[in-house]
Amino acid sequence: MKKVLTGNFAAAYGATAAKVDVVSAYPITPQTTIVEILSEIVADGLLDADFIKVESEHSAMAACIGAQAVGARTFTATSAQGLALMHEMLHWAARGRLPIVMANVNRAMAPGWSIWADVTDSVAQRDTGWMQVYCENNQEVFDTILMSYKVGEYEDVLLPTLVNLDAFFLSHTSQVVDLYDEKTIDAFLPEYNPKIKLDVKDPRSFGALTSPEHYYEFSYKMQIAQENARSRIKEVSAEFEKRFGRKYDLIEAYRCEDAETVLVDYGTIAGTAKDAVDRMRDRGERVGALKIRYLRPFPVKEVCRILNSARQVGVIDRAISFGHEGPFFTEVKAAMYGSQIPIWGFLAGLGGRDVSIADIESVVTHMKQNEPSNIIWIGVKK
Amino acid sequence: MSADTAKKKTVKLTLPEEEIMSPGHLACQGCGAALALRYALKGLGRNTVMSIPACCWAVIDGPFPYSAAGVPIYHCAFETAASTASGITHALSRLNQKDITTLAWAGDGGTFDIGIQALSGAAERNDNLIYIVYDNEAYMNTGIQRSSSTPHGAWTTTTPVKYFKKGPKKNIMEIMVAHHIPYAATASVSYPEDFLKKLNKAKQIQGTRFFHLFAPCPTGWKHPPDIAVRVGRLATETNVFPIYEVENGVYKINRKPKNPKPVQEYLKLQGRFRHLDEKTVNVIQDDVNRNWDRLLKLEQAFGEPSA
Ligand SMILES: Cc1ncc(C[n+]2csc(CCOP(=O)(O)OP(=O)(O)O)c2C)c(N)n1
Ligand SMILES: [Mg+2]
Repeated sequence: MKKVLTGNFAAAYGATAAKVDVVSAYPITPQTTIVEILSEIVADGLLDADFIKVESEHSAMAACIGAQAVGARTFTATSAQGLALMHEMLHWAARGRLPIVMANVNRAMAPGWSIWADVTDSVAQRDTGWMQVYCENNQEVFDTILMSYKVGEYEDVLLPTLVNLDAFFLSHTSQVVDLYDEKTIDAFLPEYNPKIKLDVKDPRSFGALTSPEHYYEFSYKMQIAQENARSRIKEVSAEFEKRFGRKYDLIEAYRCEDAETVLVDYGTIAGTAKDAVDRMRDRGERVGALKIRYLRPFPVKEVCRILNSARQVGVIDRAISFGHEGPFFTEVKAAMYGSQIPIWGFLAGLGGRDVSIADIESVVTHMKQNEPSNIIWIGVKK
Repeated sequence: MSADTAKKKTVKLTLPEEEIMSPGHLACQGCGAALALRYALKGLGRNTVMSIPACCWAVIDGPFPYSAAGVPIYHCAFETAASTASGITHALSRLNQKDITTLAWAGDGGTFDIGIQALSGAAERNDNLIYIVYDNEAYMNTGIQRSSSTPHGAWTTTTPVKYFKKGPKKNIMEIMVAHHIPYAATASVSYPEDFLKKLNKAKQIQGTRFFHLFAPCPTGWKHPPDIAVRVGRLATETNVFPIYEVENGVYKINRKPKNPKPVQEYLKLQGRFRHLDEKTVNVIQDDVNRNWDRLLKLEQAFGEPSA
C-alpha cells in the first residue's frame, strides 16, 4: 500500500509495522508528530503495545532499556537536545546489548535555539556503540526501521540502531512511501525472542560491577558485534530487496563508475547531490556521488572501493567537530589512509541553511581551482 | 544457658524461613541495606524482577559473574531506578507475565536527589511497581557525602564537622503521598515483621507503591556494626523515624512510642553526631517533636474513622 507521508509518519509507521511491544518517548520539535501519531495508533488499538508517556528523554531511553531487557521489542524517537539528554543511557543500551531502534530527527544543538537540520546531535553519539544510519528519503526511513530491528536482533549483533532523518527536509516533507503488506513484513521480521533476558526462572544480574578482568573482553565483544553487523546489514539488505524490491547497502554509489570527481555525502544532501551530479554529467563532467548510510559500523572497505578509482574526492558535512573538521570528512580520510588521492573537506547546511544544487556544483568548481584543504565553508558570511 | 532451658524456650518464627538472598554478598559488617533486601525478598518472593541503580547495592550484590540477590536484577544508571522499572513492568504486562513483581531498589541519593524526576514520573503515571528506597541518609557508595536525606547536624565528608549538615532532611513520604499513589509506607530494618506485613499488603495493590525504609549504616554513621538494629529501633523510639503508612490517602501510624525517648539517646550512639552541642541537640529535638505532632494531626484528620 502506497501513501503520501511525512518522514515522521514514515518513522511511526515503521515502528508500527515492526510490531513493537513498548514505545516510550517524549516530544521535541521536529520529532513531536512521531510521538503523537504513535500514541494515537496505540490508543486506537492498531498496535498492540504499551506507550509509556515518560517525563523526559532520559527516562524514555531508560524505560526502553528496562522493557527490552525483559524481552520486549521497543521503539523511541527524539531529536537534538533530547538525544543529548539521553547520552548516558545510549551507552547503557549499547553496552547492555539491547537492539532498541530509535528514530532521531537531526536538528541543530542550542544555543541559539535552532530546530533546523544539522547532524551534530547524532555525530556526538558516535562512540556510544549504537549503529547509526542516515536516511535520504521517507521510504528509506520506513525501510531502515524494519531492517534495523532485524539486523540488531541477530544473536551475533545485539546492538541498538539510531535511524537519522533530517529535520523538516524529511520530518515534515511529504513523499510517497510504500508500506507493503503486513504478511510480507511479518515474514521478513519475525517476533523478537531473545535467549537471555530478565527471567524469574533463570535469575541473572545484568550490568553488574565489572572488574578489569572482564570489562576489556566486553568491549572486545562489542567491536566484534559491530563487525558482524557489517555482514548482517548486507545480508538483510539483500533479503529486503528480494521481498520488497528496494536495494540498500552500507553505502550508495551514484554514477561513480567512471567518475573522476566523487562527492561524499549523507542524509538529504545526498538527494540534492544526485541532481547536481546529473546536471554536471549533462555538461560532460565526470562526477559521481557516494552516499554514506552507516556512520557505525563505518563502511571502510566499501568507501575505499568506490573512492580508489576516483581522481579527487570532496566530502560535504552538515556538522563540524569544533577544533578539527567535518566529522564524516575525518572518517573518510582515515578510511583512505595511504591513498594519494586528494580529498577536500566542505561544510554546508549547518543549522538548516539550504544546500542547493548550485552549492554542490560550486564544490566541484572549488576543487578544480584550489589545492585540497580540510575546511571549506560553503557560502559562509565572514 | 543450660541445655534444659534451651529446650524449653521455643522461638516462634514470624518471617518466612526461606532465604532468597544468599550470604555471600559484599556488604560491610552490620549493613542495614543488606538486611533490608534480605527481608524485602522474604516478603516479595522469587517472582520479583529488580532494577538497582548506582548505590551500595550495586556493589553489595557482587561483581560479574556473581549475584547474591537470587532474583533477576537490571543494574541501571543512578537516576533511573524508577524509569527502568517502568519499562520492566510495562514489558512484563505486555508479555503476559503479570504475576511478577517489579521492584525498584534505590538508595536515598538515587531517590531524594538524582532520581526524583524519574520517580515522580512513574508515580504520576501510577506505573505498576514497588519502589523501595533504603535510606542510609547519605551517599555511602561514594564514601559518605551528604544527600538531601542527611539529617540536620550530621557529619559527612561534604558536611565536615565545622560545617555539619544544616537543615532537615527532605520529607520524601509527603512528596510521594502528594502524587496520590495508592500506597506509601515507612518501615525499618529494625522492625522486620512490620515491614513484611506492609510488603504483603503492597503486593495486593496495583499501581505505584512506595516504601521509605530506614537502614542504618555503621560505616557512615560511625557506630559499631553490632548495634545497627538497636540504632534503628532508637530512631523510631525517639520519633526520629516514625513508622506509618498512607493507603489511598488514609494515614495510619503503626508504632506509637508510649514514652518517646529523648533524641540524645539515638544521637549519642553515632559518631556522625558526636560534635553536636546541647543547643543543636535541642534544635533536633524540637524538629522531631514538631514532625511527630504534625503526623498525629494528619492521622487525626485523614486517618481511618475510628469505629
Ligand atoms: C550520574 C551519576 N552521578 C554520580 C554517580 C556516582 N555515584 C554512585 S553511587 C552514588 C551515591 C549513592 O548514594 P545513595 O543513592 O544514597 O546509595 P548508597 O550508596 O548510600 O547505598 C554516587 C554519587 C553515578 N554513578 N552516576
Ligand atoms: Mg544512601
